[in-house]
Amino acid sequence: MKFKVFGSALALTLGLAGPAFADIKIGASVSETGPASSLGDPEAKTLKLLVDEINAAGGVLGQKLKLFFYDDGGDPNKARTFATRLVEDDEVVAIVGGSTTGTTMSIISVVENAKIPFISLAGAIEIIDPVKPFVFKTPHTDRMACRKIFEDMKAKGLTKIALISGSDGFGASMRKQCLQVIGEFGITVLAEETYGPNDADMTPQLTNIRSKGEVQAILNPGFGQGPAIVTRNYGQLGIKTPLYQSHGVASKSFIDLAGPASEGVRLPGTAVLVANLLPANDPQKAVVGAYTSAYQAKFNLPASTFGGYAHDGLRLLVDAIKRAGKAEPKAIRDALESTKGFVGVTGTFNMAAGDHLGLDLSAFRMLEIKRGDWALVQ
Amino acid sequence: MAELLQYLLSGVTVGAVYALVALGFTLIYNASDVVNFAQGEFVMLGGMISFFAWQAGIPLPLAAILAIIATASVGVLLNKLAIEPARGAPVASLIIITIGASIFLRGGAQLVFDKQLHRFPSFSGDDPIRILGATILPQSLWVIAGAVAIFLALWLFFAHTLTGKAVLATANNRIAASLVGINPNHMMTLSFAVSAAIGALAGVLVTPITLTSYDLGVAIALKGFAAAMLGGMGIPAGALAGGLLLGLIEAFTAGYVSSVYKDAVAFVVILAVLFAMPQGLFGRKAMDRV
Repeated sequence: MKFKVFGSALALTLGLAGPAFADIKIGASVSETGPASSLGDPEAKTLKLLVDEINAAGGVLGQKLKLFFYDDGGDPNKARTFATRLVEDDEVVAIVGGSTTGTTMSIISVVENAKIPFISLAGAIEIIDPVKPFVFKTPHTDRMACRKIFEDMKAKGLTKIALISGSDGFGASMRKQCLQVIGEFGITVLAEETYGPNDADMTPQLTNIRSKGEVQAILNPGFGQGPAIVTRNYGQLGIKTPLYQSHGVASKSFIDLAGPASEGVRLPGTAVLVANLLPANDPQKAVVGAYTSAYQAKFNLPASTFGGYAHDGLRLLVDAIKRAGKAEPKAIRDALESTKGFVGVTGTFNMAAGDHLGLDLSAFRMLEIKRGDWALVQ
Repeated sequence: MAELLQYLLSGVTVGAVYALVALGFTLIYNASDVVNFAQGEFVMLGGMISFFAWQAGIPLPLAAILAIIATASVGVLLNKLAIEPARGAPVASLIIITIGASIFLRGGAQLVFDKQLHRFPSFSGDDPIRILGATILPQSLWVIAGAVAIFLALWLFFAHTLTGKAVLATANNRIAASLVGINPNHMMTLSFAVSAAIGALAGVLVTPITLTSYDLGVAIALKGFAAAMLGGMGIPAGALAGGLLLGLIEAFTAGYVSSVYKDAVAFVVILAVLFAMPQGLFGRKAMDRV
């Protein structure tokens, strides 16, 4: 331990003694610990992994990337403080981070004043709608996930559904977005139930849904332990109606937690989950493969969707700096906005003045759980 | 009919979880008048330690015993390092210390274990038992049996053993208790150890149903605390009845009214009970003879 501390102190001194003046300073504030740590932890790991990788490969524009990293613990007040520190003390040229919508909103208030480009890793559509000049984001919105699910339901002729959603931020937000777009697909909600994020049993809610005989599919927008318990209870009650989950459970651990009842569950996910299932001609195959194998090799953990958001955030930034030819905030912002055909692990980004997300529905893959693993639908 | 029965079985399942946590509060409260808000962390430790021991290749029953012993040691350490040095402090300060301990244990678990959700297999499989069109999982029966067994053990302990009476005497009057030869420190250590063990056992029993993660303690302690208050703090029968009642209220509200009001209705009922009977359903009025 002592050696480790000494080692890192030495590395720090050497780093400072080197040509530090030429570094490109990038800031990050993510929720590595705290309630959103399941998002922030892989994001933090990914950012550090990529910065090392990029520097080892010679950096950007002949300069090294220097990452100023802060863990905001999911607290929007801390996120604001760190964003201010990144802008004023660390003098970064751009910021990646904001694991949750709450922390992202705090950072936005700082970066918009300071005119520093910021790429958020959070889901809510409010982040980029309306468009704010310096704010971009990489994750798809809830609304896109809803559309992807409804497209699949419509294709299978399922038009009468029941909704069971978590009452936490994620569940409530996605429920709202789904109800806003559901009309476009001619699908109607026959029954609606909710559950608390820490509830131990959802059989009463599912019993109510089951008693409405006409329900053709069940949709569960939720995140964390709730969806796993819903799926187990769904199996326990022997319900045969198709069950759709959201991208909030798109990780391998969901299959383990939900057990055999998860067989046949459908959900929208990113290419990260199915890296080795992608056909050879898929444009994302190479990028996704490189990221997932590097992550697996370094941390001995499977790569997650959330780490993928951070991957795309940093890569988009580096791409923009390269195209701008200089590490200057305004130039980076302009280059980011003109990103075209950038293939990330989440999807292919095509930014525009009116679109600071740049993803379309093709970024979501419809997945089905088969024999305890992911399978691509079609 | 099948629906009514399903709500009932769901209520009993959830209620037994609450009851187990509420029973954990009983012992420490009886020894010291302190509500130990780290009780939820004991439940978390029970689940997490069993999971990681089981994952490391130790058979589940052995992993569970290991988790219970380890958590009981944490309980003893908590008493020795945090509660005992603050002896003489008002009860409110001691309760604040337990809140601090809860934050500390949560942070520690995050570092020692990880931040993911975990689950180990149910003890007797996952095939639901069918009763007149409704279903219950075998693991729920384990939880219910666990709650009843701990209730009986605690009741026997307080009513029929000398040590149990010594614990109650310590809570009633520390000085008088030591004058008749009871060592109050031993009694406190004992109650923390057993209380932590009860919490850990609860964690072991409920993890296959509720899953476990480093931060589950707060939510589960809150519900267990509400159940204990409803039944009467410090009374084993109250903890059992309060837990089951709370679970049933939630399940029936979700089934017949709306799942949106499930938690709200439960807390309204608790407030109403406490308003009418401040000691809880099973509590006796406190009487001090001078």
